[in-house]
Amino acid sequence: MSNVTLNVNGTTHTVDIDPSTRLLYVLRNDLGLRGPRFGCGLGQCGACTVIIDGVATRSCVTPTSRVKGEITTLEGLAKDGTLHPVQQAWIDEQVPQCGFCQNGQIMTAKALLDRNPNPTDAEIREGMARALCRCMTYYRIQAAVKRAAGGSSAADAKSGGKVVGS
Amino acid sequence: MTTFTNIPKRIEDALEQRSAGTSRRDFLKTSGVFVVSFGAAAVSPALPFGVVAQGEATAGPYPEPDFRELDTWIAIHENNTATFFVGKTDCGQGTGTAFRQMMSDELDIAYDDTSVIMGSTDVTPDQGGSGGSDAIQRDGWPMRRVAAEARRVLLELACKRFGLPVEDVEQLNVSDAVITLKSDPSKKLTYAELIDGKQFHVTLTGDNVNETTGTAAVKPVQELRNVGQSLERYDIPPKVDGSLTWAVDVKLPGMVHARNVRPPVVGAKLIGIDESSVKDLPGFIRVVSKGNYVAVVCEREEQAIDASRKLKVDWQKPAAAPFPTSDELYAYMRSATPMSSWDPDVVGDPEAALESAATVVEAEYDFPFQGHTAFGPAHALADPSDGQMTIYSNDMKSYGMRRGVAEFLGMPNDQVRVVWMEGPQAYGRSAADDAGFEAAFLAKEIGRPVRVQWMRDEETAWDTKGPPYTFTLRGGLDGEGNVVAFDYKAQSVDYNHVGYNEAETVLIAQLIGTRKETPSAGRATTPTDLYAIPNRRVTGKVVRLPAIWETPLRTGNLRDPNGPQVTFASESFIDELAAAAHADPIAFRLKLLTASTDDDSGFKRARSIAVIRAAADAYGWDTRVSPKPRDAETILTGRGMAYAYRSQTVVAEIAEVEVNRETGHVWVKRLVCAHDCGLVINPEALRGTIEGGMLHSLSRALHEEVRFDTERVTSVDWRSHPSLTHADTPAAIDVVLVNGDPNPDRPDLPPYGAGEAVCKPLIAAVANAIYDATGVRLRRVPFRDERVLAQLKAAGV
Repeated sequence: MSNVTLNVNGTTHTVDIDPSTRLLYVLRNDLGLRGPRFGCGLGQCGACTVIIDGVATRSCVTPTSRVKGEITTLEGLAKDGTLHPVQQAWIDEQVPQCGFCQNGQIMTAKALLDRNPNPTDAEIREGMARALCRCMTYYRIQAAVKRAAGGSSAADAKSGGKVVGS
Repeated sequence: MTTFTNIPKRIEDALEQRSAGTSRRDFLKTSGVFVVSFGAAAVSPALPFGVVAQGEATAGPYPEPDFRELDTWIAIHENNTATFFVGKTDCGQGTGTAFRQMMSDELDIAYDDTSVIMGSTDVTPDQGGSGGSDAIQRDGWPMRRVAAEARRVLLELACKRFGLPVEDVEQLNVSDAVITLKSDPSKKLTYAELIDGKQFHVTLTGDNVNETTGTAAVKPVQELRNVGQSLERYDIPPKVDGSLTWAVDVKLPGMVHARNVRPPVVGAKLIGIDESSVKDLPGFIRVVSKGNYVAVVCEREEQAIDASRKLKVDWQKPAAAPFPTSDELYAYMRSATPMSSWDPDVVGDPEAALESAATVVEAEYDFPFQGHTAFGPAHALADPSDGQMTIYSNDMKSYGMRRGVAEFLGMPNDQVRVVWMEGPQAYGRSAADDAGFEAAFLAKEIGRPVRVQWMRDEETAWDTKGPPYTFTLRGGLDGEGNVVAFDYKAQSVDYNHVGYNEAETVLIAQLIGTRKETPSAGRATTPTDLYAIPNRRVTGKVVRLPAIWETPLRTGNLRDPNGPQVTFASESFIDELAAAAHADPIAFRLKLLTASTDDDSGFKRARSIAVIRAAADAYGWDTRVSPKPRDAETILTGRGMAYAYRSQTVVAEIAEVEVNRETGHVWVKRLVCAHDCGLVINPEALRGTIEGGMLHSLSRALHEEVRFDTERVTSVDWRSHPSLTHADTPAAIDVVLVNGDPNPDRPDLPPYGAGEAVCKPLIAAVANAIYDATGVRLRRVPFRDERVLAQLKAAGV
């Protein structure tokens, strides 16, 4: 065990851990974060995704000792009480079902849009391809990415149904 | 007294403030831990949804709330808001929102002034949790009736306060939880003033929870305001901003982590454990083993994972192979002796009709084991404090887990409670929730709260599976292309079906050796279409693999159990008959549904016809025979349809595909679903449910197959058991809600189970579309690239 310092969502934390511990367990069990979650432990599904220095990173396969940069988790996307546009698009499109994978979807989309603010449909499919969802909300996720990018939403055209209340 | 280390004090304070002074105060204070969801306007807008909160924890016991007491279902708070307590869980389709819509309408309170608590065994009545797509169809009725009864009681109280005889209730108006005198609207009483911090103390009637009722009638559908509206789901914002506390998140003081160690070969017997292999690892607490069940317990999660991998265990291989390989499965099933079978369901004389038919079509279809394959593996936290057992779980049938765990541990029912919280859904997997039993077993052994979580390879290999099927179908056509005979035979592998949280079938009971002796009879089910065919025989048999227990090839209810398998065969075969009759696939089906018969299925057929026509219209279906003439292009396109009936819900689906003749890759470019589930509660939530259900079935059509050699399951992660991805997603999905959107055009129809029905026809629709595009009939699922390519090449396409 030894002291490791992490910068998470703008706050510096020092934790006493085995430095080879995967970042996911430190974020969840030592820092009490709930956004990144265990899905596979193999870097295949995306449930554990965090953004490190702008790069969507699978925290379940990342040794904590290797992390030097600024970590952003789902909890760190909102600023001053206002949701990030990607999060808002997720609500507007009523994307999640069970929602367990949506941390990975949202963080992957956020990094994608930071890199490419106006992705084509093909770039969205490609950029999101490794973020899995077993409720299969892919269609709405892709609509939400387009909405967050400022484009028109496929769901608007598709549903024609009004969404009211809360 | 235990406290939650990850729940900020301000939230606990807010909850305490919220429950203080309400009519449910005493109840909540003794109920210990509960899950609370907040409407936007309830109490504190700053309060996150879904926090696990704690009243004053008690040492138990935790008796079941009495469904015959109105106070069990509804609480009116001092600030004139209401909380509904229902015995359901939400698998992510937004049923919690739907319950609030229905109950707020009946109670006459603004939707935003309500909240709902679901599925925790000591604070909500036992409605069984979720399953069978019956949340609205069956369980919505008692919810509506008790809310109507609460409204009636409040109106009666208002009569007394206004000095009116109860018969003069018509002189009162009620709106948004405020009752006024019609003659003098300045005279007002709120629900909160009428309840005045007390309880209803009203006894309900009904032989069982489904029949719970007061004396008030529910409103006619035309008077429902929230029902039929696409209200936003309240559970989505906290799932998006990271504020939701999931079952995986709960932390208790003194809690430790466990990981299971599974037999490396199916049927292996535990010979010995070398504890010295792990005892010096950091954080190591104990190896717990009984029979063939082994787990390692450590202080920290990553320590438990590490220790479970390093533990040296001596296993003895079984003398005989537990099963054939996945490649040999269908040949094995076709030659195996059935262990159970049912008398065929026969109409007319199918053999004679086949004998005299102008054309006879025969086909065999195969469908593999498919996993539930939860996105997040099984998990639970069990707290043995104070001689009780509290389990924090995403188990969709939390009430069943309570009974099952009590029986498994030999504890009284009321010393066990299950706190339901959100989790990764796998559409039936958590109805047989192994991790809850394991956590409770280990917590009792260790005497500390134990959190168990399965690893990815464990979940994919050892979870419950949808049963595989082989089918043999024969059909006869007369000279005009009319179907004169239909003969359907199904065989499944379903004898080791895992029931709903049964103490005698969960995996740990099998491994420990406390399982039941006799395997279940299982099922091999038959089609649900309503085609009028004069001579028809359907029959099913169950066959057995060598290993019956302690096997990862154990079956459980996977979303619309058996429906996708059966409908893949039956609706593919109807397409084969249509092709043999040189008929358009939709025209062919409509003719079979229109044909007059003397049975009583006329109304169902009329709804079926309407739904099929709606799908065809939405797609822009051009009437012609399949397959389409092929051109020389690399990408071949085609369209196919299939239809199904489930629990009074009718679904017709059309798939448009692109098939790459050089790679065998299939992309479903467009999906159309026409859907009639009677009364629609929330159209937008229903659309999301339909989209997800279709894409789940698309994943099963294109990718999913559990692979195994003769010793173990070899599908262990997302590479060896692929699932649908963003790249597979259709460019367009069109959903037509036939019974009205947003308000019902058919108020005579009650709501029917909406969700699982959409899983039934999709795989057949895709197979039929591939046939239309290529002229090649795929009779074995899944349609992976290499299999499609091999068939295209064999057919010279």
